[in-house]
Amino acid sequence: MSEPQKNIVLHVADVHKHFAGLHALSDIDLQVEEGKTHAIIGPNGAGKSTLLNVIVGRLAPTSGAVVFDGQVLTGRKPHQINQLGVARVFQTPEIFPDLTVLQNVMAPAFAKRDGAFRINFVIPLERETGIREEAEAILEDVGLYERRDSHAGALSRGDKRRMELAMCLIQHPRLLLLDEPTAGMSRHDTNTTIDLLKKIKARGMTKVIIEHDMHVVFSLADKISVLSGGKIIAEGLPDEVRNSPKVQEAYLGGAHRLEAH
Amino acid sequence: MDIFRMPRRDLIVFVIFAAVVLAMPVWLQPLGAAYPALMQKLVISAVFAIGFNILFGLTGYLSFGHAAFLGVGSYTAVWSFKLFTMDAIPAIIFAVLVSGLFALAIGYLSLRRSGIYFSILTLAFAQMCYNLAYSVLTPITNGETSLQLTLRDPRLIDTALAPRPAGLPSAGLFGNELNGLEGFYFCAVVLLIAFFITQKIFSSPFGMMLRAIKSNQTRMNYTGFNTRPYTLTAFVISGMYAGLAGALFAITDPLAGTERMQWTASGEVVLMTILGGVGTLVGPVLGAWLIEYFENIFSAFNENVVHRFFSFLPAEIVDPVTAVASKFVGEGWHLTLGLLFVLVVVFLPGGIMEGVRRIGGLFNRRSPPTSSGAVRVQPAE
Repeated sequence: MSEPQKNIVLHVADVHKHFAGLHALSDIDLQVEEGKTHAIIGPNGAGKSTLLNVIVGRLAPTSGAVVFDGQVLTGRKPHQINQLGVARVFQTPEIFPDLTVLQNVMAPAFAKRDGAFRINFVIPLERETGIREEAEAILEDVGLYERRDSHAGALSRGDKRRMELAMCLIQHPRLLLLDEPTAGMSRHDTNTTIDLLKKIKARGMTKVIIEHDMHVVFSLADKISVLSGGKIIAEGLPDEVRNSPKVQEAYLGGAHRLEAH
Repeated sequence: MDIFRMPRRDLIVFVIFAAVVLAMPVWLQPLGAAYPALMQKLVISAVFAIGFNILFGLTGYLSFGHAAFLGVGSYTAVWSFKLFTMDAIPAIIFAVLVSGLFALAIGYLSLRRSGIYFSILTLAFAQMCYNLAYSVLTPITNGETSLQLTLRDPRLIDTALAPRPAGLPSAGLFGNELNGLEGFYFCAVVLLIAFFITQKIFSSPFGMMLRAIKSNQTRMNYTGFNTRPYTLTAFVISGMYAGLAGALFAITDPLAGTERMQWTASGEVVLMTILGGVGTLVGPVLGAWLIEYFENIFSAFNENVVHRFFSFLPAEIVDPVTAVASKFVGEGWHLTLGLLFVLVVVFLPGGIMEGVRRIGGLFNRRSPPTSSGAVRVQPAE
């Protein structure tokens, strides 16, 4: 395979993960190119979430390593991995329900500017105008500007997801990991989110996305890896994957879903 | 200077708070509590409670061992009197530093766990401090008899500057004795400084990080924050406030006993904070005042006072009413406090401050909504 020079941002190298006799992941090798959107799809229980948890340091792989931008992520703590430029959107939104929407989006900007720990109580929050304006601009992008002073806990599920995305975007991460960003959303909200993610893509942000919804996957992905039974059974451009008999087989009854949209 | 700039709303709160504290001798008069010893106690407990609230209110970590730092502060202050000088400032500085060191060590170990395990760890450490003060450390703490000033104390700085006075000296500030009302005003000014620093923390990015930790620690980690140093800093700051309160106790009465470190004192500050309103600026102060008032005034009521209070009732029912009501005063003040606590926690989980907010809300609903009424930013509930 001779391909032109690529800039690999994330390399999941030979990762295995066993849980008490269960091979959740075996021999996973994944390369994510800079600026591309790489989708990981597969039936329930294929190991998608396990893979994501290994990448962000929530789970340690049994063997193998995750390399991001030339640095080994394996063994680092979640906050260290974030400081290297990896941000994550969770399947069920992880937000600060007791803070306002604006504060939710401002907090990650402080982590980016001041590092993992800094005591700063001389300058009031109100006078951090730089970060405030940036947060307001991003809230405008995701359509939550009007709700900036609401309690984040009072938002609808879809709004929480969009806010969580805003919390990641304000950090300008080099790699954004999205775990089913449209799960549980209405068709309308899903389309809004797809448009939003396309906008981010245009800015050249590298993304890894785990998704069930084939409509979302085929609208966004540059490359797709299909995971089944803890192994990658197919990988390639969206059209190649769509037409692969192996993939059709893995999805079995779900095959019609691949054609649905 | 940057440090003195604060949001307008905070400035208004500070001015009102300062006026209320400094005018205590006036408005406590009709409540029968305007004597210096009690007012000092009210003000010092408020320092203890607002410091405790920085940890419990902002980060959500519930410490059951803050009395240890209070005791350490008192012992350190008395030692500063004995060894160096009767001046209050060095005593405060030493007390804050030493209690900060204790908080650093205890916090470092306790913060490895959260929830009930954290609370139990802090309780265990505080009980260890208490028992050490009682037994092994008697050369430093003087055990049961309490650490007191003696005529033979070196007081190096004082004796170098002036001849020894005949009797036992009392604590002072630049040569002026801090007795009675002066003692109260000194403590009041310290409370205002402590309150100001708390306001700065509440309105700063640091304060927001602490609230965010309480809200969702997982998200904090995945957002790139190392949460452990944040919680440890909050723990040390609140330990220092407790040490400061301990030093003030020693300044108003140069004596340090083990009972100040007992677990009941740790529990009391928890009650104060919850009663007033966890995570609010003013709530813990109100809680502290209410509890101290009950402890000192309500407990002094006897049957005669109750009888006089109910004397407007028809003669036949005065006696039975008095008989029942007097169970709730005097010795029975704990009963009243307990009932009050239960009522507040059940009906106003946000404490007295939530009650204030609800009343404020009623007024806002009646009057046409204003922009300031619609967006009311409250500290974490």
